[in-house]
Amino acid sequence: MKIVITSKGNTPDSIMDSRFGRAQWFCLYNTETGKTSFHQNPNIEAMGGAGTKTAELMVELEAERIISGHFGPKAKSLLEKFNIQLIEVDIEEPIQGVIDKLDQTIPFQA
Amino acid sequence: MSYKIAIASGKGGTGKTTVSVNLFKYLSEKYKKNVFLTDCDVEEPNCLIFFNDAVLLNESTATKLVPSIEKEKCTYCGKCAEWCEFNAISIIKKARFTEVNATLCHSCGACSVACNFDAITEHSDPIGKISRYESGFGCELMVGRLNIGSTMQTMMIEKTKENIPENHKVLLFDSPPGTSCPVVETISDADYVVLVTEPTPFGFHDLKLMIDLVTEMQLPFGIVINKAGLGNNEVYKFIDDNNFELLGEIPFSKEYASLYSTGNILKNIPLEIDLLFRQITERLIKKIEKDEGNHHTER
Repeated sequence: MKIVITSKGNTPDSIMDSRFGRAQWFCLYNTETGKTSFHQNPNIEAMGGAGTKTAELMVELEAERIISGHFGPKAKSLLEKFNIQLIEVDIEEPIQGVIDKLDQTIPFQA
Repeated sequence: MSYKIAIASGKGGTGKTTVSVNLFKYLSEKYKKNVFLTDCDVEEPNCLIFFNDAVLLNESTATKLVPSIEKEKCTYCGKCAEWCEFNAISIIKKARFTEVNATLCHSCGACSVACNFDAITEHSDPIGKISRYESGFGCELMVGRLNIGSTMQTMMIEKTKENIPENHKVLLFDSPPGTSCPVVETISDADYVVLVTEPTPFGFHDLKLMIDLVTEMQLPFGIVINKAGLGNNEVYKFIDDNNFELLGEIPFSKEYASLYSTGNILKNIPLEIDLLFRQITERLIKKIEKDEGNHHTER
């Protein structure tokens, strides 16, 4: 499964970004391969519609699940059309910590 | 042709609507049904709450043009989305997905020009309602109401103003707060702008922004100080130093504020306030009369 975690930086020790549409970076984590890649958000400076533009990017990255602090209504409605699971969490944790937690929980959800 | 007076302030809550509805009432004593008030604060219009006996005469829907994408013709090239300054179009080639977000669309038409495949057609999408009322004392007023969630304030104001009936001697425009596009749209064709301020640092700061704006737009203006007695004397000194016109002062009064809170500022008006509004109205009537036959062209 491909999971996106919104991130403030481009390394595993970066803190999770609580914003979705205007998050600094996206960490794409592939649970099958265990690999991560970081993608810069091109929509940070968007005047409006950052949420929908970022949602389009998620579809292009083939994300199946996204972990962020908050999703705006327009982003939410677009992501739901692609059956992408959205998880809102209120934590200030490094990306690696989030990944460790995912690794612990995913086998039980299969 | 009508003499147009816009009431603006910069800072919110200084008393634009209080001044607007009072000028409406007092000017109607001279001009009778020839005074028409338009509430241009389309995000939160509130003039109507002071007219308890108002009767709805007419209501229409304001619309803007929004693109639709024909799936059969679309090649998912994404040029329309690229051209869209407002990110209102989503094209995901991989998923053969197109979507137009009407609330983000500013109706500029760039997407139609961008499309090389004739895949874009435009349809009307509602942005708000325009309602005309009889005020309860003979004069009519109009209210523009922007739909919740829409970002088209300026277009809504433009459409509302387009609906103002002709042949009124005096048109009053109650402006939204701020100094950005919606305010510019409201005051753009005014013959005179009444700037309402309060003698607080915030009120003063925004008054100066507003004066910069009307000066830039070359619109004549005068100042009404509301809630006089609050704050400090800076605004008085500023008006004096620059020789700006002070149309009048309305004192800060708890009695008046409580009348406002019950929606009754046009009934049982305290004598002191009544005299002050008469004075402001007289000064405006002089301008209206002097202006007769001397109208500048529409901007």
